[in-house]
Amino acid sequence: MTKKGLIDRIWDFFASIKLAIVVFSVICVLSIFGTVIEQNVDAEKNIKLLTRLFGSDFAPDIYRLIHAVGLDSMYKSWWFISLLFLFATNLIVCSIERLPSIIKIVKEPIKPVGEDVIQSMPIKISRTVDKKVADCTDLLSNALKKSGFNPQEYKNSDSIQLIAEKGRYGRLGVYITHISIIVLFLGVLIGTFKGFNGYLNLLEGTSSSVVYLPNGKEIPLDFEIRCDDFEVTFYQGTDTPKSYKSLITILENGKEVLKKEIGVNSPLKYKGITFYQSSYGFSPTVNSVFRLNVKTEKDKVVMIEALFNERFNLPNSNITVKISDFAPALGMDESGRLFNYADSMNNPAVMLEFFEGNRLIDRQWILKRYPQTWQTKFATIEFVDLWGSQYTGLQVRKDPGVWLVYLACLLMTIGLFMSFFLNHQKVWVLIRQKGNKSEVIVGANSNKYKASLENKMINILAFTDLRDNMTRSN
Amino acid sequence: MDNSTLFGIASIMYILAMVLYITHFVFKKNAIGWIATLFTVIGFVAHTISFFVRWYEFSQIEGLGIIRAVPLTNLYESIVFFVWCLILGYLIIEFRFKNKSLGAFVTPIAGMALAFIDISGMSKEIHPLVPALQSNWLLAHVTMSFIAYAAFAISFATALMYLSSVSDSKRSKSYFIWTTVLGIFLVVIIAMGLDFVLFKVAGMSHKVFLKSYLFKASFRNDSFSIVLISSIIAVVLMALVWRYGIELKKIIEAFNITPDTLDELTYKSIAVGFPVFTLGGLIFGAVWADQAWGRYWSWDPKETWSLITWFIYAFYLHARLLRGWRGVKTALIALLGFVSTIFTYLGVNLLLSGLHSYGSM
Repeated sequence: MTKKGLIDRIWDFFASIKLAIVVFSVICVLSIFGTVIEQNVDAEKNIKLLTRLFGSDFAPDIYRLIHAVGLDSMYKSWWFISLLFLFATNLIVCSIERLPSIIKIVKEPIKPVGEDVIQSMPIKISRTVDKKVADCTDLLSNALKKSGFNPQEYKNSDSIQLIAEKGRYGRLGVYITHISIIVLFLGVLIGTFKGFNGYLNLLEGTSSSVVYLPNGKEIPLDFEIRCDDFEVTFYQGTDTPKSYKSLITILENGKEVLKKEIGVNSPLKYKGITFYQSSYGFSPTVNSVFRLNVKTEKDKVVMIEALFNERFNLPNSNITVKISDFAPALGMDESGRLFNYADSMNNPAVMLEFFEGNRLIDRQWILKRYPQTWQTKFATIEFVDLWGSQYTGLQVRKDPGVWLVYLACLLMTIGLFMSFFLNHQKVWVLIRQKGNKSEVIVGANSNKYKASLENKMINILAFTDLRDNMTRSN
Repeated sequence: MDNSTLFGIASIMYILAMVLYITHFVFKKNAIGWIATLFTVIGFVAHTISFFVRWYEFSQIEGLGIIRAVPLTNLYESIVFFVWCLILGYLIIEFRFKNKSLGAFVTPIAGMALAFIDISGMSKEIHPLVPALQSNWLLAHVTMSFIAYAAFAISFATALMYLSSVSDSKRSKSYFIWTTVLGIFLVVIIAMGLDFVLFKVAGMSHKVFLKSYLFKASFRNDSFSIVLISSIIAVVLMALVWRYGIELKKIIEAFNITPDTLDELTYKSIAVGFPVFTLGGLIFGAVWADQAWGRYWSWDPKETWSLITWFIYAFYLHARLLRGWRGVKTALIALLGFVSTIFTYLGVNLLLSGLHSYGSM
């Protein structure tokens, strides 16, 4: 045995199935750890978990070990990423290694073979038929056609061979699937190095021309993004959110170029950067504006904007109104007392005080989600919004590799469906005279579903029992 | 009739069918087999109508629309759909292969899933959809994932049957494995049954059930002696299955279903489940995540476990097609694959935290 060169040995190492199995298993086992130990969270959470599993005596030490190795942020750790690279290299090398034989299988047409080859096939059936060779050949050829094969006939001195195959391109499926994984890796790499994943919190009415990475670093945008409004809607009578909507405007050099409402499943894409609705929050300031729709008897609706504790005139009357209290989520307990039950605007309400001159003549809570509370003695007043009090949390992403990821998904789908639904089947049928009867030997091979191919062959052979004139008349 | 009444009828039919299939399996009376099939079909029809009634009711909530209202948004609905896929898959196999013995292995999985719904007392209400789930991808992603889960469940049943049919002596590895798996299966059913009794007696609120109640009547009881006794009983039960498993094997043999057919059936189920799982579970899931969260992959526990499951079945396929592994070795991988599938489906939602929290109770 000649000693192999270093490069060959390295090549063989990466081409080995054993390596694939080892890498597969190690990735699986590590991933399992990664799902049990919470990733990228505060130490406290994982220590709590470890205390439950191992008791409080060991938990801190185990946690220190886990943290030192990086098991609590493992999907970003160098060793996990190296494993993924090893997996990719293995896949690439295996693919190159197999390429010649795949090309050979796909390009090379099926040929007649000797009887010994047929006898050594995984599926072989033989029988003697009380018919002439030519009749048998016709019957079998028709039977093969009915099963979707396109048989070719080869005549030898003492025998006839029918050979047929189908689903040859199914063999390429595995290959396409493997290539798709490599394309996927490429897409991920491009996304990781050329893209970013950041966030931006925008208070209603404010704008920004930078976004932030999770580590706090600023990333400049070459345009400006503004949040005009943010709104959560709820299902009738519940606190189950129905939608989160942000009205976003894109500005270039101070000029509005695009306006779009974004929601959880409908992001905004502009200049390769995508903005996703991801969270929201409530942080009112003294500048937040109360918006009220006031309808007096004349059926005319007037929108009024007012600040907290600021008096405004009720249209068509001598009454002034002051917003003297506000609750973002006003609820009522069993005894009818009002209380605030959440920190976000689940059911915002304002307390209005009505004055005639300087004399307080009435006061009333107006609840945004309950129209029956809008009716006051002086007008119908709808509380529309406390504008400038909520911020929208946007996830901001730039990923120039994402099209490769989508391409990989497409390739993988095509590859898998080719390899599972196209089945490469090859059939050789040898027919020769034996006395005044015919001997039929069927050999067949397939890369999968051998048992069903065997059944198919038995069915095809059964056609030789048909009377001759049945097929002749066709 | 509302969807839960119809589903109740379906559940009763399936559980009766389970008893009948097992009886048929043991006594091999054709009439019993036919009644079992009849019950399964009636149950399946009721189940199908119930599914669509619920779909319709769902679509009536605040103009959700038909496409987005597919009732697959919480654990209850997903289990109901899983059972539907499983029964459909089984019926197809029964009619194609003209063999009812698989029924005795598949219907208990369905029965266990239905029992799980009632024991855990999970919410059966129709809940309006939170914004993240309001997407047309929901239909494709979830239905295809469950079709794949059902295909994997069938491969699990056939792999188990395969192992039992090839084990010729009690000493053989395959005999040990299939009796152990069947033993665990039995122990879990019985333990859950005990939980159910305890749960009913204690009359606890439905919400607290699973996290605090699973195996509370047995292995996780506060009293150490009960834990000890239940563990001993579990071991004894498993030993009994091991001891008398050989009788079961004789019954399977009488059914004339060859090990090769079982092996190929296992492969075929995986060959259907794997591409469907890849496309519907992983790819559609990634595309949806990309559109909703801005990340096609975030190593969320559900995603990671799907990947692990995918790896195991990919390993099965490579071992079989590339290395030519057959029989016991591949059957073992199929069993492992389904354990991972169950964990992907239930374990992640019940035990781990993450983005896919819709499946919790």
